[in-house]
Amino acid sequence: MVGLRRIAFALVVLGIVAWAVFPFAWAIVTSLKAGSALFTVEAWPSQPSLANYAAIFREQPFGRNILNSLMAASAVVALSLVLAVLAAYALGRVRFRGRGLLLFVVLGVSMFPQVAVLSGLFELVRWLGLYNRIGSLVLSYLIFTLPFTVWVLTTFMRELPKELEEAAMVDGAGPFVIVTRVFLPLMGPALAATGLLAFIAAWNEFLFALTFTLTDDARTVPVAIALMSGASQYELPWGQIMAASVVVTVPLIGLVLLFQRRIVSGLTAGAVKG
Amino acid sequence: MRQRRRAAWLFLLPMLVVLAGVAGWPLFRTVFFSFTDATLATLDDFQGVGLDNYLWLMRDPVWWRAVWNTLVFAVVSVGIETALGLGIALILNAHLPGRGLLRAAVLIPWAIPTVVSAQMWGWMFHDLYGVVNAILMGLGLIAKPRAWTADPDLALPVVIAVDVWKSTPFMALLILAALQMLPRDLYEAARVDGVHPVKVFVRITLPLIRPALMVAVLFRTLDALRVFDLMYVLTGNSRSTMSMSVYARQYLIDFQDVGYGSAAATLLVLVLAVATVLAVTLGRVRVDAGR
Repeated sequence: MVGLRRIAFALVVLGIVAWAVFPFAWAIVTSLKAGSALFTVEAWPSQPSLANYAAIFREQPFGRNILNSLMAASAVVALSLVLAVLAAYALGRVRFRGRGLLLFVVLGVSMFPQVAVLSGLFELVRWLGLYNRIGSLVLSYLIFTLPFTVWVLTTFMRELPKELEEAAMVDGAGPFVIVTRVFLPLMGPALAATGLLAFIAAWNEFLFALTFTLTDDARTVPVAIALMSGASQYELPWGQIMAASVVVTVPLIGLVLLFQRRIVSGLTAGAVKG
Repeated sequence: MRQRRRAAWLFLLPMLVVLAGVAGWPLFRTVFFSFTDATLATLDDFQGVGLDNYLWLMRDPVWWRAVWNTLVFAVVSVGIETALGLGIALILNAHLPGRGLLRAAVLIPWAIPTVVSAQMWGWMFHDLYGVVNAILMGLGLIAKPRAWTADPDLALPVVIAVDVWKSTPFMALLILAALQMLPRDLYEAARVDGVHPVKVFVRITLPLIRPALMVAVLFRTLDALRVFDLMYVLTGNSRSTMSMSVYARQYLIDFQDVGYGSAAATLLVLVLAVATVLAVTLGRVRVDAGR
């Protein structure tokens, strides 16, 4: 009875793992199939080849797309963290009227749909001369990275011991010195986890990138993968699409697995409070 | 003290200015455009048309189809994700060998960008060369290949299935975090008293994790209501799966009708606001701010 139950439980666990992992495994298998092998359903290609990986960098501007994504995501993370650390000190450690309301507004911004700001942002992007430039993405991504980083860092700031700040104040340190010299050195792990989550969100963003860029020079990875086309309009280069998918996903999975504990605590600090 | 408060506002200022610039002002403009006949080409040359855009929307069956799709998508996928997420969280919370490995595997779908997962599943659901058709035919469950993403009856369920695959891990992680905060002595006591596990779950676990569960459900629902990437990549602008976001963007960008598209986007914001108010009042969700 106990043995049977244990086997059933093991089967359920195995099923969950298979369900979670299979689609990505299948993408890897597909990416290794070249030519007509793509159109046979077989668990492992009889002649595995890296031709698709070579093709995305030779026939498609995928290297350029990766660079664009890296630039946009890094810039927006750096900017968000700087703005958020300052704001988090104010929201997390200083009592003032309207603080709760402000936190709600910040949370509210991260909730509303991207499409709702599309026309206004489009106008702004054009007015600033940023259309079809990476700058348009940095600007628009702030809308979701900034509320998120502010919220999580505020939660973190609040937990830091009061005595540290008091001791610094006795020594005559002003608020700016307290933030940069006393708190910032303690925030390494929090900054890394929040920065990583914001980076992933910016790296994955699709709607703004699709709308504010037009040509390959400015396209980011998700847009490139969504729009990748082959020699003819009706024939999608599935092998290449899967190869590109694997290339961008492997580092992400690596990072997520490496930082899984911190990510889970970052997610819960950002989302579940109550 | 006063110096600190002044510094606090000074520290907040850059963040507030940026948020007002990238969120407040654009949202205001969208609502404003929704009462005009602005087009993408003539963004500064337009006329007010009152409620015309909204009246046209009300008469467009494609719009109502998009509203219906969005609501069905949100309710069904979040429902399934909550049930599955709860189950997986309970399993992850149990002490079993290889728990770390299981947790890592479950995280994989969450780590994959939506566009990539849409393409991956699009390939798996391919009508001619897809592995799903091959497996189902191999098992004898279907007699001939199906056009999963093109068939109007199958497309929305397929979109929901892909979202369930991608988002269940998020739900499971949030629920797991709540489960791990539960006091152990309560369970000890229940075990000593010989209370049936199901009863323990219903009477102790569920009420204790309810607040966290409600917040997770609210977050996922808001996410689902504004869904865009998944439909756009998996089924394009197909009417059978088009969400409100897809509809709004199609008018805004593809048809360049900024006024009309803005009206659709504004209605989406209203739907989200109503959903939030409903969740907060009916579900008594508490999002802690300021403490």
